[in-house]
Amino acid sequence: MSTEMSAPSSPFPLVKSLKQAGFVGMVMFGLCVPIVAFRAEQNMNNQLVLQSRWWLTLVFCVLAMIGSFLFSLYTHQKSNKAHSSAPSTVTKALSALAPRLTPLGFACVIAYPLVMLAINGPGGSIKWIDNFGIQILIYVMLGWGLNIVVGLAGLLDLGYVAFYAVGAYAYALIATKVIPDTFPELGFWSFWICLPISGLLAALWGIILGFPVLRLRGDYLAIVTLAFGEIIRLVLINWVDFSNGYAGLTSIPRPSFFGIPFNASEEGFAAVFDLEFSPIYRTIFLYYVILALSLLTAFVTIRLRRLPIGRAWEALREDEIACRSLGINTTITKLTAFAIGAGFGGFAGCFFAARQGFISPESFVFLESAQILAIVVLGGMGSLFGVVVASIALVGGIEILRELDFLKQVFGEAFDPSQYRMLIFGFAMVLMMLWKPRGLIAHREPSIVYKEKKSIGSDMVQEGHG
Amino acid sequence: MAIFIQQLINGLTLGSIYGLIAIGYTMVFGIIGMVNFAHGDVFMVSAFVALLLFMIFTTLLNWALVPALLVVLVLAMAITGLWNWTIERTAYRPLRGSFRLAPLISAIGMSILLSNLIQVIQGPRNKPVPPMFTQVIPIYEENGYVAGIGYKQIVIMVVTAVLLALFWYLVQKTPLGRAQRACEQDQKMAALLGIDVDRTISLTFVMGAALAAVAGVMYIMYYGVVNFADGFVPGVKAFTAAVLGGIGSLPGAVIGGLLIGLIETMWSAYFSIDYKDVAAFSLLAITLVFLPTGLLGRPEVEKV
Amino acid sequence: MTTISSMPLLRVEHLTMRFGGLVAVGDLSFDVARGQITALIGPNGAGKTTVFNCITGFYKPTEGRLTLNHDATHHYLLERLPDHDINWKARVARTFQNIRLFQGMTVLENLLVAQHNTLMRASGYSLLGLFNAKSYRDQADLALQKALHWLERIHLLDRADDAAGDLPYGDQRRLEIARAMCTDPLLLCLDEPAAGLNPKESLELNTLLTGIRDEGKTSLLLIEHDMSVVMTISDHVVVLDYGVKIADGTPDAVRNDPKVIAAYLGVDDDEVAEVEAEVGL
Repeated sequence: MSTEMSAPSSPFPLVKSLKQAGFVGMVMFGLCVPIVAFRAEQNMNNQLVLQSRWWLTLVFCVLAMIGSFLFSLYTHQKSNKAHSSAPSTVTKALSALAPRLTPLGFACVIAYPLVMLAINGPGGSIKWIDNFGIQILIYVMLGWGLNIVVGLAGLLDLGYVAFYAVGAYAYALIATKVIPDTFPELGFWSFWICLPISGLLAALWGIILGFPVLRLRGDYLAIVTLAFGEIIRLVLINWVDFSNGYAGLTSIPRPSFFGIPFNASEEGFAAVFDLEFSPIYRTIFLYYVILALSLLTAFVTIRLRRLPIGRAWEALREDEIACRSLGINTTITKLTAFAIGAGFGGFAGCFFAARQGFISPESFVFLESAQILAIVVLGGMGSLFGVVVASIALVGGIEILRELDFLKQVFGEAFDPSQYRMLIFGFAMVLMMLWKPRGLIAHREPSIVYKEKKSIGSDMVQEGHG
Repeated sequence: MAIFIQQLINGLTLGSIYGLIAIGYTMVFGIIGMVNFAHGDVFMVSAFVALLLFMIFTTLLNWALVPALLVVLVLAMAITGLWNWTIERTAYRPLRGSFRLAPLISAIGMSILLSNLIQVIQGPRNKPVPPMFTQVIPIYEENGYVAGIGYKQIVIMVVTAVLLALFWYLVQKTPLGRAQRACEQDQKMAALLGIDVDRTISLTFVMGAALAAVAGVMYIMYYGVVNFADGFVPGVKAFTAAVLGGIGSLPGAVIGGLLIGLIETMWSAYFSIDYKDVAAFSLLAITLVFLPTGLLGRPEVEKV
Repeated sequence: MTTISSMPLLRVEHLTMRFGGLVAVGDLSFDVARGQITALIGPNGAGKTTVFNCITGFYKPTEGRLTLNHDATHHYLLERLPDHDINWKARVARTFQNIRLFQGMTVLENLLVAQHNTLMRASGYSLLGLFNAKSYRDQADLALQKALHWLERIHLLDRADDAAGDLPYGDQRRLEIARAMCTDPLLLCLDEPAAGLNPKESLELNTLLTGIRDEGKTSLLLIEHDMSVVMTISDHVVVLDYGVKIADGTPDAVRNDPKVIAAYLGVDDDEVAEVEAEVGL
């Protein structure tokens, strides 16, 4: 329903934009003094001394002024174009691409490790398969898991990392303490046995944590889940007898190829399959395991969406009071979403522990929850494809920073791009909300069609909390 | 008994700091219904601003302690106000009409941005402050343990009380305060009556930041060291204070702050200092679940 | 065709609702008879929606008893049931003053959400559904048929795949009624169903509501300001003013009751005759 209306082209307000740029520059100056202009560092006597950096302040102010001017140009040009309520080019492109990309994307994802192996050889490709492939897939799975809670049911969960931690610690503790003590012969199967146990434990925690809090409205639910996430992390740090505190748990057994370990011994994978030993085999196997787990998450999400429970989640997201008036027990419905989401988080946690071989409470900070939530929200409105795009953009983008060695030549040897990771991430979160508050995929597919499938734009979807 | 008195004094001092930060949370929530996630980090920024200003005045310009502190206080309030004004204009105002989750995510992003910005600009290490007001007035002695009230603590409590009184006057008696209370109750109606809602909201952010700056100055005075990560936990505790006191209620925020300060010091003294943050977060969870309107808040009746 | 059994479908006894010091509804008692359309009318602020909210479980009454009688042996005390059970067990459905459709879901999806509980049972709480068991698929088909039947009845079949938020206002109102009917209620509570409808749409609404009544399975209780609707289709009218019942009877009896006239005109009872003479009644 877009009406195209062309506004008369107005001339660019040069003076106003210059004045605005000047104003922005002054504000930036005010912001920079004294934080940027001076730096307090400790000298040899452990006393604080000031170093001045006026040149940096100048740079910031000039950049701010230029930025403001460019922004004025951009808004002017945008308002001169034909007014339409059609979605922007990026959204249109992504939405059109989504269904077509799926079979192709599927093939790419499956072939990826083999392609990397072919290009870089066994030594060079470990980094590409592990730090990029496996890392992105972990976040995709976490995103799809949280998507059930936030994207479909509309419950603001800021403590998802708690379930990730439950899954990881469950596997670590069972595999390093329980199995060797009671069932040592199961040694090589520990990962496969613990996988469902981790998921179930995490789901159970989801029910326990969810029960008292799910009746809270929007922001409050977010804060309370944040509190729970932090409590679990702090308990893991302080209850040293249980979790070994900051030191974490080490020597966590890696997954085996269904009973055949990935080591250099005679029963090892390489020996059994008549190949030369290389750590790459385990890495590739891990990649396919996380791929399978994520696809399971996706499959369950797609199926559940078409079932009454999934529809109830989406209705709940829109209007809880209407749901109650239709006989839906909203508490149970919310708990189900919470528990299922938690269960997938637990699976991911178990995998994470198995892949690292070592876990500590530092891996389960609030920042992780924030990152996963950012992926879900950037993806948009319960869209599975959106989560994939968002993961690749956010996680892949941040990992790429490590590869940008050439920047060292520009900014000097002491420049470490990974220091700026989180800064860029925070910046990106704010920017993406300003640019696309409803996410990249800005529409919703109906779960059942009578005659003709029509996508519903996200601005139609309410997100009332009662 | 002496220990109890000492903890009481410590708790009230700490609670004053929390109360000042809590007011920022409660005012913003009251007027636009948003939990300003980044407020704790704004407090941390203000502590750094205060630190640098203090060093400029005492080491570069060689001023004496007390006049330097006064000027630092005023300047820190102004600069932090500017920071929060900018944050509101760029990251929250454009999202005001949109999707509920968007301002929250933006605020989380802003919180991450602020703490990492300080980390990058000022370096990750702790910044120690030269100690000030170290004298202590002994009050009560028992078994060799002397409970005393430090000059520092007196300064903190007095400054807090004075500023709160000023602030209270501002909100209750001035046109700005009236406009703010009107916007809290019914934004559309306030706009129809000619109140500049945008400006009122911006000023609310500025005022909250100014009070956080006071807390920042007090913080560096009290603890003597500041670090870029010091925004998160005090922020959560201050938010707990705001909820405990009744979100939207100014006296509630102060009372909540004092309570949280007392609970924290008593818990550390009598139970375990390791788990004191767990206690804070648990208190937050318990308050939100069992007492969401807080002590002085007004219960919301939902219109069906 | 419509039989009035001796036991009322809903009996409201001494219902009182207090909000702090304000008495929104005071000692209200009335019956909703089986197979009839009962209208609850009164000036604005009389407490009508409050009564609804008490009946449908959104408020807990301060005092009073609300008994829903399915038959001689099954009774439900509505003030004790949680709101979702009031729909699922006691079979009371409602529509809202400000339409509460699921705007971002299609028309068809809205009607399917209403059949949630039946379908949940059939899907084995999702387990059978996950594996696409035949028993679930059969039930899902039945649910779809019911939804389509209602869509046809309210003339929205050709808009089944459109977003509910895209429908014009009058269509949205009818859709909300159809959605409530998909829960197979014994009592349908309608909060101002004719609000914002033009005369033609009001007539269609009358037909729809009398049709529902005449089918014999559902009785109706409605709040309404539009007197053309009230007087045309109601069998029984209850009048509230400031939370208190001031009249209770057939539409004709109520129309001529001086207390009712006074309430709407806002004058004291004894001045009514004077005002009527002035106006020329």
